[in-house]
Amino acid sequence: MASYSTNEFKAGLKVMLDNDPCAIIENEFVKPGKGQAFNRVKIRNLKTGRVIERTFKSGESLEGADVVDVDMQYLYNDGEFRHFMVPDTFEQYQCDEKAVGEVSKWLKDQDSCTVTLWNDVPLSVTPANFVELAIIETDPGVRGDTSGGGGKPAKLETGAVVRVPLFVQQGEVIKVDTRTGEYISRVKE
Amino acid sequence: MLDDIRYFFSEKDVLEVETPLLSYSCGTDPQLDFFSTEYVLPPLQHRLFLQTSPEFAMKRLLASGSGSIYQICKAFRNGESGRFHNPEFTLLEWYRVGFTLPQLMDEIAELIGLLFKGRQTLDATQRFSYQDLFHRYTGLDPLVFSYQDYCAFALDNHTPEAVSICGLDHALWLDFIFSHKVQPQLSENALCMVYDYPACQSSLARINANNALVTDRVEVFINGIELGNGYYELTDALEQDRRFNEEIGVRQQRKRPVTVKDKHLIAALEAGLPDCSGMAIGLDRLLMLLSDSTSIQDVLNFPVYRA
Repeated sequence: MASYSTNEFKAGLKVMLDNDPCAIIENEFVKPGKGQAFNRVKIRNLKTGRVIERTFKSGESLEGADVVDVDMQYLYNDGEFRHFMVPDTFEQYQCDEKAVGEVSKWLKDQDSCTVTLWNDVPLSVTPANFVELAIIETDPGVRGDTSGGGGKPAKLETGAVVRVPLFVQQGEVIKVDTRTGEYISRVKE
Repeated sequence: MLDDIRYFFSEKDVLEVETPLLSYSCGTDPQLDFFSTEYVLPPLQHRLFLQTSPEFAMKRLLASGSGSIYQICKAFRNGESGRFHNPEFTLLEWYRVGFTLPQLMDEIAELIGLLFKGRQTLDATQRFSYQDLFHRYTGLDPLVFSYQDYCAFALDNHTPEAVSICGLDHALWLDFIFSHKVQPQLSENALCMVYDYPACQSSLARINANNALVTDRVEVFINGIELGNGYYELTDALEQDRRFNEEIGVRQQRKRPVTVKDKHLIAALEAGLPDCSGMAIGLDRLLMLLSDSTSIQDVLNFPVYRA
């Protein structure tokens, strides 16, 4: 894998840092007029998701990381692993719970999502920004409930619990923003 | 902004000058990288440098009796590009014959005040000695190098990488800690002047007459952005020659491109540079502050990647 010097650190570049694959978020050139040049870099550790700041002497370099994002379709959960498939090639990948993590609550069979591969092994899964899921459990609505004010918890078919307006009924399909976990709208069947 | 600067200096009878951008020699500062080019005049071929600052040429004018002078010109520093850096940038540099550093600092505050007036609000000017300021935000003494204390500070402040970057280099530690932990805390909306820099960061400034650990050097900041740097100028030719040789030595050690020391400057100092103070201010960054821009690219018509 190629190595990249601090001058090439751009947002999105994937590099190896302390043996973990990381993505550069931000790179700031810091140089006192009469002093040493540094690059203050914000980096996300792709394994843990944690963001750290690290300073490099300008001109230092890091090894690139073989990390790619691939659009895949979620197939099923066999109890131990979750299986994904690349629609174009039918190539299948299995992810352990660690890689899927919290995201599992948004994954419905057949839905598409993005799987991040590191050396061809799934590292993390990102659901689509918006998913449509059915409500399997929520308090019944009462006459007079409107969109204004309040809300109630609703359990979705994937296990996620989101707050929905009072008028939304059990069995309905709703659209949810997976980045914030917020209800967006009802979906007409 | 340029009009105001020219008005300011003409009121004070400071002469505007021009000096060459291309020169046979250039600064030896190990932290600066220069651009060089070939001057072809068959059968001869010479290497010329684009200046990293007009300092040497202006000092030659001072030594030849020009009196106080100023210049607005381009300067070039290779490899510097970022939110606050463009390899080609505009400098305002001026020298005041007979001025001490405190007098120069008063004039800087006056000029900045004039430029901000009616454009941006600016609170009262603040002045700190480097030592006080450094100590206030880090608890460390910048003048006395204590490897252990500095390392402990780095570990406590989530920058363990400083230990491997800086090693036993005192000046490098100061650069690291000052730019990471002190500079970002300098006040918003006020001109901050930091004076009495540690002697290991003296460059072309004079060693302070009362304390050999510090130099008569000032740096000015607004919103934590470094705007410029001034000295009570070194006039001792022997000391200057010694520092040049030392810096050239450091450059060789670090395998940086070879520079040519400016013999004309040494000669000018030998002939006698009048006691003077000089200041350089990056006008692009000043314009960023005056126009509330977040990047130097916003105030350049054509930043280097589109030049």
